[in-house]
Amino acid sequence: MATSFSGEEITDRKPELSVMGKAKANAGPLARRPDNSAFKQQRLPAWSPMLTAQTVLPFFYSMAAVCVLLGVWLLVTVQNTHELKVDYTHAGSCDKCFEKRKDRANANQSCNCTVVFNIENMFKGDVFFYYGLINFHQNLRQYMDSRDDGQMIGRKENLKNPSSYCKPFIKDKNGLPIAPCGAVANSMFNDSFTLVYHSAASGPVVHVPLFRKGITWYTDKNVKFRNPQANKTQTLAQVFEGTAQPLYWQKPVYDLDPWDRNNNGFINEDLIVWMREAAFPNFKKLYGVLNRAIEPFTEGLPAGNYSVHISYNFPVEYFQGRKEVVLSTVSWFGGQNNFLPVAYLVTGCLILLLAVILTAVWWKFGKNGRNMEE
Amino acid sequence: MKMSITTSVSPSPQFYCRSAPASALCLNIQVQSSLAAVFAQALCHYPEGDPVLFPVAAHDFASPTPSHHTTGTPPALLHSCLLSRSLRSPSVWVYVLVTLPFPRDSDIILLTEVYYGSVELNMGSLLSQLGLECGRKEVKEEERHLRANDRELNLSYKYADNAIKTSKYNIFTFLPLNLFEQFQRLANAYFLFLLCLQLIPEISSLSWFTTVVPLVLVLSMTMAKDGSDDINRQRCDRQVNNRKVEVLIDGELRSEKWMDVQVGDIIKLENNQFVTADLLLLSSSEPLNLVYIETAELDGETNLKVKQALTVTGELEDSIEKLANFNGEVRCEPPNNRLDKFTGTLTLKGETYSLDNERVLLRGCTLRNTQWCFGLVVFGGPDTKLMQNCGKTTFKRTSIDRLMNVLVLSIFGFLALMCLILAIGNGIWEYQEGSKFATFLPKQEGVNAPFSAFLTFWSYVIILNTVVPISLYVSVEIIRLGNSLYIDWDRKMYYPKSDTPAEARTTTLNEELGQIKYIFSDKTGTLTQNIMTFNKCSINGKSYGELLDFSGQRVEIHEKTEKVDFSWNNLADPKFCFHDHSLVEVVREGNPEVQAFFRLLALCHTVMPEEKEGELYYQAQSPDEGALVTAARNFGFVFRSRTPESITVVEMGELVTYELLALLDFNNVRKRMSVIVRSPEGKLTLYCKGADTIIFERLNPSCSKLKEVTTEHLNEYAGDGLRTLALAYKDIDPEYMEEWKLRHHEASTAMDEREEKLDVLYEEIEKGLLLLGSTAVEDKLQDGVPQTIEQLSKADIKIWVLTGDKQETAENIGYSCNMLREEMTEVFIVSTNTAEEVRKELQTARRKMRPDGPEEPTVTKSRSGLFCLLKTETVADEPVDGEYAMVINGHSLAFALEKDMEMELLRTACMCQTVICCRVTPLQKAQVVELVKKYKQAITLAIGDGANDVSMIKAAHIGVGISGQEGMQAVLSSDFSFAQFRYLQRLLLVHGRWSYLRMCKFLRYFFYKNFTFTFVHFWYGFFCGFSAQTVYDEWFITLYNLVYTALPVLALSLFDQDVNDRWSFQYPKLYAPGQLNQYFSKRAFVYTLLHSGYSSLVLFFIPWAAMHDTVRDDGKDIVDYQSFALLAQTCLLIAVSIQLGLDTHYWTSVNQFFLWGSLCVYFAVIFTMYSNGMFLIFTSSFPFIGTARNSLNQPNMWLTMLLTSILCVLPVVAYRFLRILLWPTINDKVRYKVRQDKVLPPAPRRVQARRTSTRRSGYAFSHAQGYGDLVTSGKFLRRSPKSRPALFSQTDSPLAQTQPQFYRTISEREEPPLSSWD
Repeated sequence: MATSFSGEEITDRKPELSVMGKAKANAGPLARRPDNSAFKQQRLPAWSPMLTAQTVLPFFYSMAAVCVLLGVWLLVTVQNTHELKVDYTHAGSCDKCFEKRKDRANANQSCNCTVVFNIENMFKGDVFFYYGLINFHQNLRQYMDSRDDGQMIGRKENLKNPSSYCKPFIKDKNGLPIAPCGAVANSMFNDSFTLVYHSAASGPVVHVPLFRKGITWYTDKNVKFRNPQANKTQTLAQVFEGTAQPLYWQKPVYDLDPWDRNNNGFINEDLIVWMREAAFPNFKKLYGVLNRAIEPFTEGLPAGNYSVHISYNFPVEYFQGRKEVVLSTVSWFGGQNNFLPVAYLVTGCLILLLAVILTAVWWKFGKNGRNMEE
Repeated sequence: MKMSITTSVSPSPQFYCRSAPASALCLNIQVQSSLAAVFAQALCHYPEGDPVLFPVAAHDFASPTPSHHTTGTPPALLHSCLLSRSLRSPSVWVYVLVTLPFPRDSDIILLTEVYYGSVELNMGSLLSQLGLECGRKEVKEEERHLRANDRELNLSYKYADNAIKTSKYNIFTFLPLNLFEQFQRLANAYFLFLLCLQLIPEISSLSWFTTVVPLVLVLSMTMAKDGSDDINRQRCDRQVNNRKVEVLIDGELRSEKWMDVQVGDIIKLENNQFVTADLLLLSSSEPLNLVYIETAELDGETNLKVKQALTVTGELEDSIEKLANFNGEVRCEPPNNRLDKFTGTLTLKGETYSLDNERVLLRGCTLRNTQWCFGLVVFGGPDTKLMQNCGKTTFKRTSIDRLMNVLVLSIFGFLALMCLILAIGNGIWEYQEGSKFATFLPKQEGVNAPFSAFLTFWSYVIILNTVVPISLYVSVEIIRLGNSLYIDWDRKMYYPKSDTPAEARTTTLNEELGQIKYIFSDKTGTLTQNIMTFNKCSINGKSYGELLDFSGQRVEIHEKTEKVDFSWNNLADPKFCFHDHSLVEVVREGNPEVQAFFRLLALCHTVMPEEKEGELYYQAQSPDEGALVTAARNFGFVFRSRTPESITVVEMGELVTYELLALLDFNNVRKRMSVIVRSPEGKLTLYCKGADTIIFERLNPSCSKLKEVTTEHLNEYAGDGLRTLALAYKDIDPEYMEEWKLRHHEASTAMDEREEKLDVLYEEIEKGLLLLGSTAVEDKLQDGVPQTIEQLSKADIKIWVLTGDKQETAENIGYSCNMLREEMTEVFIVSTNTAEEVRKELQTARRKMRPDGPEEPTVTKSRSGLFCLLKTETVADEPVDGEYAMVINGHSLAFALEKDMEMELLRTACMCQTVICCRVTPLQKAQVVELVKKYKQAITLAIGDGANDVSMIKAAHIGVGISGQEGMQAVLSSDFSFAQFRYLQRLLLVHGRWSYLRMCKFLRYFFYKNFTFTFVHFWYGFFCGFSAQTVYDEWFITLYNLVYTALPVLALSLFDQDVNDRWSFQYPKLYAPGQLNQYFSKRAFVYTLLHSGYSSLVLFFIPWAAMHDTVRDDGKDIVDYQSFALLAQTCLLIAVSIQLGLDTHYWTSVNQFFLWGSLCVYFAVIFTMYSNGMFLIFTSSFPFIGTARNSLNQPNMWLTMLLTSILCVLPVVAYRFLRILLWPTINDKVRYKVRQDKVLPPAPRRVQARRTSTRRSGYAFSHAQGYGDLVTSGKFLRRSPKSRPALFSQTDSPLAQTQPQFYRTISEREEPPLSSWD
C-alpha cells in the first residue's frame, strides 16, 4: 500500500528515447555550459556558526543571569499584588441555595445568600471583582462551536435564522429562533453579586461600588458584538421581536441590564464576557471593577470584613463544579500568578548549573581541542 | 557473437501435447552444435521452481562431455540444466516438454533476451508457434500479416497507423484522469479521506479549509507540472507526426505526413532522413542493396550500421512501376521491443524468403551515405520498436524512501494509538462528567459514552493528521528536484570539450548518492577515454617519441609542447600529434627500416578507408588499429583504399598499389595478424604485427640483438602503461608462396577442422621473421582517474571494475589508475576452469587474508520493509590486515556466481581493496551487482558508458552513464550522466553528501516540527474533556506547514552545507556517515520523537501554567481560548524557528530572509486575519477578531514565549555542545578545523603521477576476431550487385559464418571473444 508513497508521478524520470531530433537551445562551442552564478554553483556567501565554547558558555551564563534577574523582578512584582478567592458554592448561607438548585423544578425561584470574608491587608490600587467557575468545560468542542457570531454581530438574517452550529439551541419549542442562540449563550452565568464592606469598627455598612461596564475587550464590545440595527422609533424589544430568549434565561436578551438601556441586547457586557470562552475548565471572569471615586475606596479595598450578597442562580451541582468570587489587584504583569516568576528562577538556576557543568567538561576535554584532531 | 543459426521449431508430436496439461507446450527443436545447449539453457534458466522442463528424448548424442567453454554463456547455467550434457553433436534433435504457467510468454522472451541477448535465437517465432499449437488464449496480436500496396487488406487488420501519441491527456480528459491518478497516491487519498471525515458534522473537528487548502495546493501544483509536461509532449508529437515523407500511393510518390502512413505502404527515404516507421528494406541506391544507418536515436551508437535488402526485392530498384506492382506478403512477429531481433517471412510469387533483423530499418534511425532506399512499412507508430521501448522503466526508490514509508506507516500506527488513548479518555470523561454536563450541552440522541468515544476517535484522526502532513511529500520532491538542478548546473561537472554538462536524469535518487558503498565501473570509455594515440615507437633499436632536453633528461609533455609539423604531408590527419621531431626527419631522410616500419603499419591491418567531403577517414574496428594506421598516414605512408585483392598506399607522396595475396587474420590464440603482399616490383613480403612474446618466438635468430634492445624499450613503454605491439616482416620466395597458397585454398575450403588446418598453415609461414621494431599506443586514461579512485577509496567506497576486456588489459589499467599497486600485499588472480578450482582459489585467498577468520560467514538475518515482509540477509564486513586485490575472469566468475559459491565469492571479494572482473558478460555484470546488493545491504552505484553496461546500470541502486563517444544507450538508462569519470567524485563527495545531509536534516526537522505541533493537541485533550478541541486557530493549522514553516525548512534543505566543496574533497572521510546511515535512521527518528515529546510538553504546559489563573494588566480576560490559542501557536512557531536556526549550518541570506520573513509573515497574517475587516466580511471563518491586538500587548505573553523558547532550545544546545566536546563526529572535526584555519583548503591536485613499474603491458589488439574475412570478401567494396561472385555464396564463404559481424559495432568490442564457438 505504501508503495505509492513517494509520489512517483511528481517527478517522473525524464522521458527516454524521446522525440527525435532535439535542437540545441543556443549554438556555440560552450552553449550548454551552466551559468557561473554563486547560487547555481552553491557558493552563496554564508555565515556558518558553530557551537564553540567561546559562544556557548557566555551565552549560557548570560541566559542564566537574565532568567534569574527576570524571575526576581517578576516575583517582587507579583508579591505586591493581592488576591482573594472565596468559594461560595455552599459556603455560608449559600448552602440552602445549593440544595435548592439541585432540583431543576426550582429553577425559576430566586435564592439569595450571603458569604462573609475578611481582608487583612488593604488591596491597594484598582481592585477587580471576578466570578470563578471550577470544572466548567467551556472548552468542549461542541459547546464552543455552539454559537453564531453572525447573529451576535447583529445580522438580521442570522437573528431570525440562526446558524446550524447553535444546535440544539436554535429554536425553542414554539419554533421561534433563539437569540442569542447556542449552548454558550444559553449557559450564561447568571449569579449576581453585591459586595458590602463592614468597616473594622463595626461601623456603617457600605456598598462597595463596582463598575459593571468596561469589563470587556474593546474589540468585543465595539466590533464583535452589535445589536441588530433599529430605526429611530424601534425599541430594542421590538428589534428582538419574533425571537425567543435562551431556554435557561430568566430575562430576554434586550432586558439583561435593567439599569442601563445601552447595556442590553448582544452588547451586554456580562454576555460578552461570558461569550469569550475560557481555555480551561477552571476559570474566572471579570464581574466588575472597583469604583475608586467613592470613599473609602479611593486607595483600593481597605482591610476589614466584607460580605457578598449573591443572587444564587447558576447551578453547578450537576457537574460537580464550584463557584467562587475573586478579588484581585493587578500589576503590569497581570494578575497574581506565581508560576512565571518561579519558573524563571528555577530555569535560571538550572541554566547556571548546566553552564557550570559545561564549563567543567570543556575545561577537562575540549579546551585544548585534542578531541578535534583526526 | 552473432551467429547464423538455423533453429527450426516444428510442432511436437501430438502425443506430448495431449498428455500434457493445457498450458504445457511441446516443442521439438533441431539445433546445431552447441546452440542446442544455449537454447536449452535459455529455457531451463527460467526462474526455478516455476516451470517444469525436462528432456523427453534426445538422440544422436555425439559426445557426452560437458561443454562449458562457451565464454559468454555462464557455464553455471549449464550445470543446472539436465539437457546440457547431451548436446554436443553438430546436429541434435531434442524433444523438450516445457510447462509454462501462462501468460508468461513475454517473460521467457525477456529472459532469453537478457541472457543471450546477442545470440540470434529465434524465440519469437518459437513462441508464436507454441501459442498456435496449443491453442493458447489469444491475448493480443500473434502474428502480423500484411501485403504491400494493399491498403484495404492491411486496414482490415486494424494495425496502428504511424501517428504517435506520447501524451496522456487531452483537454477533456485532463482533469478527471489527472485527479484519478493523483488520488491513487496514498498521501492524497488519505487527505481525501480526511476531507470526507470532516464533512460529517459530528466528527468534524476542523473546518473544511484546513484540509482543502493544502490538498488543493498540492493537487494543483502536481497538476500544473503534469499539464505542462503533457503539453510539451503533445507539441513534440505534433511536430513528429507532421513530418513529411514520400509514400507510394496509386503508383506515384506523394509527400505525406508521417501520421498518415499506413502499414503496408511503400515509402521512399532519402539520405539523412529519419526512418519513418519500422520498414522492411526493399531496395536501395547502393550496391548489394546495402543501406547505411545511424542508430543514435535508437541506441545512441553513432557509428554506421549496414542493412541489406533481399536480392529479390533489391531488383525492384527505384522503378516506381515495379514497386507499385510489388505485392509481397509479409508475415512477421507481433510488435515487441527487441531492437536487435526481427523474424518474419516474405512471400513473393509463391516463394517464401525468411526475414531477419538485417532487412529491417527501425524508426528512429537515420539514413546515411545512401542516396535513397525504399521500404515497406511493417510496424507503424506505437507498434514500432522505438515506441515499444519507450515503456515504463522500473522505478528506483532510495533507501530513505523506503525508510520513510516504514516510518509513515508506523506514524499511522502511532496516530491511531494517540487517537485511541484520547478516544478512551473521552469515553471515560463522558461517562463520568459529560453526562452531568449535559445540562449545558445536551447530547444528541443516541450518543452514549462509547459512541462518543468512537466519534472522538475520528475527530482526533482529523486533528492529529499533521503527523503525516501532505506537504512532506511535496517538500521532499522539491528538495530532490533542487538538488538535482544543482547537479545540472554544476560547472565543475561540465565538460567543455564535448559541451556536456552533468545531468540528473532521475530526480528522485539524490540523497542515495551520499550513501554509496560500492561502485561498479566499466573500464573502456569509463576509466579510459577509449582513444588510442600512437605515442612511441622503437624502430631498429632506436626509441622515438620521447622528448629529451639538452642534458638528456626527459621533458614532460603537456598540451603546450611544440608538436611535430606534418604540413609537408597534405594527406596527414590534422588531429594527430606527435612531439619527437627526429622521427619525421628520419622518415624523410628515407631510412629504409623506418620506412618499412610505417609501410607495415599502412599495409597490415583491417581498417576501411572512407572518403567524405574530400577528407580521408578510417573506419577501424579497434581504436588501436586506427591509431597505428593514422600514425603511418602522418609519417608519409597513407593508406588510401583497398579492394579484396589490393591495397593502395601513398608512400611519401607516391601512389603504390600492393597486391594482397593473403590476410592471416587475428584471433585470440594467434595474437597476431599478417598480410602477404606483392609490391609493384613483384617482391613478396609478409608483414606481421602482434604481441611481443608471440612475435619474438617467431623471429629469425639473426635479430637477437635487436630483440634485446627492443625488449628494453618494450619494458619501458609498458612501465608507462602503454599498449605495445611488435612488428616484423619477412620476404617470401614466390615459389613457396605459390605452393602455400594452394594449400591455403585447400584448407580454407575444407569441410572439417578448417580452423585447425589454417592455423597450421599460418604457423608455418609466419616463421623466421625479421624484427622491425615495436609500437606503443596509449590507451589514454581519462583525466584524473587515479586521483578520483584514490579519493573514493579514501571515502571508504569500494570500487570494482567489471570489464569485458581481457585480463592483461584490465590488470594493466588497474595498475595505471592506481587500483592495483605494486605495494599491495597480494593480488589474487582467479582464473580457472572448474567449479572446484574456483572454490579452492577463493578459499585460499580468503584464508590468506584472514587466517583466523571463521569458515562460515557471519550472516545477520533480519526483516525490513513494510510490515517486515522483506527478509534480508546481511553478510558482515570482515576486517583484513594489509591490502589485497582480486582479479577474476569471466569463466571463474560464472562458477563463483552459482548459488553454492556466491557467498564464498562475496566474502573474498569484499575483503579485497580492489576487485577486477575481466571478460565478463553484461549479464554477469548485473549478477555481480545483484550479489552485492543482496548480501551487503549496501548502496551500489554502477558507472559505464556502453550498451554492455546497461544491465548493471539498471541493476544497481544508482546508475551513472558516461556520455562519451560510445553513444547514449548507457546514458539513456542511467540516473545520472556526465562526460568524465572524474566527475564521479564530485557527484558523490559533494552533491551526494550534501543531498543526503540535507534530506536527513530536512526529515528530522520536519518530523520534529510536526510532532511537536501535534503533540500539543494531545496534551490539550486532557483539559478539554477529550472533545477534539484544537489548541490552535484553524487558520494556523492550515498555514503552519504551508506558509509559516515551509520556506525556512526548504532553504535549509536546499542550501545547507556543513563544509564547502573543497573541504569535502580534502576530507573524503566526511562521506562515511552516509554509508552508515547515521543521519537518519529509525533510531534518529525515535530521538526526534522524544525530542518533540519534550518540546510539546514545554510548549503546552508552560503557557498553561503561566496563563491559567491570570488576567491582563487591565484586569480583563486573557485566559480565554482564543488568547491561549494565539499564545500556544506563537510559542510553537518561535520554538521551531529557533530549532531550525540551530540545525542550520550555512546561513545564506536566503535562509535569513526566509526565516525572518516567515516570522514576519506570521505576525502580519495573524494581525490581518484577526482584524475587524476580515471578521466583518467572513464572520464565521475568522472569529479570532482582536485577539492578536489584545493579547500581544501583554508582557506576560512575551515572557511566556521567551521561557518556552529557552526551555526548548537550551537543552538541545547543551546536548549538542557536549557531543561536540566529547564525541565529535568527523563533520565537527572538519568544521572545527575550518574555523581554526580560516583559509581555503588547497585546490585539488591535478598532477598526473608517473608510474614506475616493471610490469609488461598488455597488448594492443581488439579482443575479437578481426575484420579480415570481411576485408577480403569485399562486401563493402563491390560496386555492382550484378557482379556478385559465386565464390561468396552463403555456403562456403568464411563470410557465412561471421556474417552478422559486418555490422559489428564498436561497442561490442568489449564482449568476450567467441573463438570457442567456432
